[in-house]
Amino acid sequence: MKIALFLPCYVDQFYPQVGVATLQLLQKLGCDVDFPLSQTCCGQPMANAGFEHLTQGCNDNFVRAFSGYDYVVAPSGSCVLHIKEHLHSTENEAEALRLRHCVYELSEFLTDILKVESLPARFPHRVGMHVSCHGQRGLKLSQMSELNAPGFSKPGALLAMVEGLELIELDRKDECCGFGGTFCVSEEAVSVKMGNDRIADHLRHGAEYIIGGDVSCLMHFEGLLRRQGSTVKVLHLAEILNSE
Amino acid sequence: MKTNIPDHATASVAFNRDESYVDWHDETLWFVRQKRDRAAMALPEWEDLRETASQIKNHVLSNLDGLLEEFERKAQANGITVHWAVDAQEHNQIVLEIMRGAGAKQLVKSKSMLTEECHLNPFLQKHGVEVIDSDLGERIVQLRGEPPSHIVLPAIHLKKKDIGELFHKYLGTEKGATDPQYLTEAARQHLRETFLTRRVALTGINFAIAETGGFVVCTNEGNADMGAHLADVHIASMGFEKIIPKTEHLGVFLRLLARSATGQPITTYCSHFHRARTGQQMHLIIVDNGRSAQLGRPEFRASLKCIRCGACMNTCPVYRRSGGHSYHNAVAGPIGAILAPNLNMRENADLPFASTLCGSCSNVCPVKIDIDKQLYLWRQVLAKEGYISGVKEAGLQVAAKVLASPTLFKWTFRTGRMVMRTMPFVVGNSLNPWFDDREMPTAPKESFRQWWEKIREKANAEEVKNVEAFEKLK
Repeated sequence: MKIALFLPCYVDQFYPQVGVATLQLLQKLGCDVDFPLSQTCCGQPMANAGFEHLTQGCNDNFVRAFSGYDYVVAPSGSCVLHIKEHLHSTENEAEALRLRHCVYELSEFLTDILKVESLPARFPHRVGMHVSCHGQRGLKLSQMSELNAPGFSKPGALLAMVEGLELIELDRKDECCGFGGTFCVSEEAVSVKMGNDRIADHLRHGAEYIIGGDVSCLMHFEGLLRRQGSTVKVLHLAEILNSE
Repeated sequence: MKTNIPDHATASVAFNRDESYVDWHDETLWFVRQKRDRAAMALPEWEDLRETASQIKNHVLSNLDGLLEEFERKAQANGITVHWAVDAQEHNQIVLEIMRGAGAKQLVKSKSMLTEECHLNPFLQKHGVEVIDSDLGERIVQLRGEPPSHIVLPAIHLKKKDIGELFHKYLGTEKGATDPQYLTEAARQHLRETFLTRRVALTGINFAIAETGGFVVCTNEGNADMGAHLADVHIASMGFEKIIPKTEHLGVFLRLLARSATGQPITTYCSHFHRARTGQQMHLIIVDNGRSAQLGRPEFRASLKCIRCGACMNTCPVYRRSGGHSYHNAVAGPIGAILAPNLNMRENADLPFASTLCGSCSNVCPVKIDIDKQLYLWRQVLAKEGYISGVKEAGLQVAAKVLASPTLFKWTFRTGRMVMRTMPFVVGNSLNPWFDDREMPTAPKESFRQWWEKIREKANAEEVKNVEAFEKLK
């Protein structure tokens, strides 16, 4: 099967180590992975700000870049959700609709398609998992606290395969980090308060690392942690699953 | 924005000035969310109840005309006078006429978000009618000259100390008193006097039943009953979406409403009104006030399914940290943010942006309104109708161009990273709201794509070398 790695634009540019970890992890699991160089952005920054009508260029570019791959895998719940819900093409709508169905967030690709049952990963630390809202409530990567429904967690199942990793319990297991795209600057006060409150929950329970499936949440946490002078680090799920 | 009324972001800055206060507000409402969770998780059929309620409401919205006419017929047959009001102004005028007809100058009113939406109190006061809100929380905010900050918990933004000061000033309680029982008793005595002397009472309506022409009013304090049963005239106001087809549907909604709102199994008083008692007059006002317009917007009509439980506010991480008044609308929080733009896009254009689109609201909603989807869709409408700042639009137009082109993308980001590495002050300054409380991400020398190109080149070179070696062997 032909797998394309799709990296959120800011991950490609500012967090290349997350891309490298994702690529290496998939290769370790026997996947033949390509990185189409013509990929740019899913268009979400414009769309969530109200300008979905300006995203056709991004959409068309996405469809051209990923056309023909069996699976498109990204270390991001948010960008994958955006593609699943909003990808349209003026040139090849059939391919756009097909791509909506074969784009996967990394953890669901590992659990649902590759059906991974063990990993050669080791990470002997106390770790707090931040679930991203688009990954959880959008892609249903784990059960949300709002529903009266059986619990499950795809990233949680993968973390359970990591030797030495101690996952901490949080007081609020799935509250939003407050990043929210342009919200992080247009509603700076609330955004920062939300982020600090999430961080405090992790610190209260002794987290050495805050990890997550979306770098956008982690970037927000990292900015706050560094400003506070904290030694607590953020890492993407892929970096943990790829650690040895 | 409304003149002189700060937008949501600006009001939130003020709300966040005292962090301990924000923490208290957040934790208080989170406590209510947790109570709701416990009540919801205790019912194995919870999700089925939500689905059933959602479908009943979908049916209602698709058959509103017939249901409303049926309701009117049955209510009239029960001796209730039914009025139709196209907007807030007409609603308020009808109330005033009824008051004049009864020769009354004083009105006791139980909780009704519709009358907040219609700004009934200031209208009546202007016309010489004194209104007393009989819900404790509403009375508190009324004495303070404020609107409610929450549809179920109107004074949730206030601490015991604030109430103590207020009651000392208006109800003559002891200075510095904060004991809830003492303060509540003072309010009770004050309101008891009101109930005994008012000849006209106005209540809201939680559910109007088409099949019977009767309606149900839910309160925890019994204040609607106290008002309505003692008055000569009972006025009940409802938005036209409050209709449900049959009495048997009530069980679904009453079980959901209190659990979603406060985590109680049922609201303390769920009173059924069918006809006036002997000698009493009963008036019912059915209000549109923009609801027809909302019903006509296919992507937003589901917002009319709302039963005003407030669960979306309690769960909203933004609401909990910005307070109800920051939404400058009778209904605050996520549901308010999708209802308000229908009433006035210009004044409420900021509200659909007062969200991270986290989706928690849609999943606590007892009637399954897709609130986060509607917030996203309102943003699209507001942008197309020109209610977003030109600066933001221009910026996003440039971004859209750059992000649609692999070449421009590569060049722009490479330059950007170089600037961030060599001249960090260009982005790390007070003009960048991100930087106020957060460090900028560290710009790496090499992007993933640069790394990828390098390793591919190396791999290709290896492959060429291998092929050449192989050729030589042949």
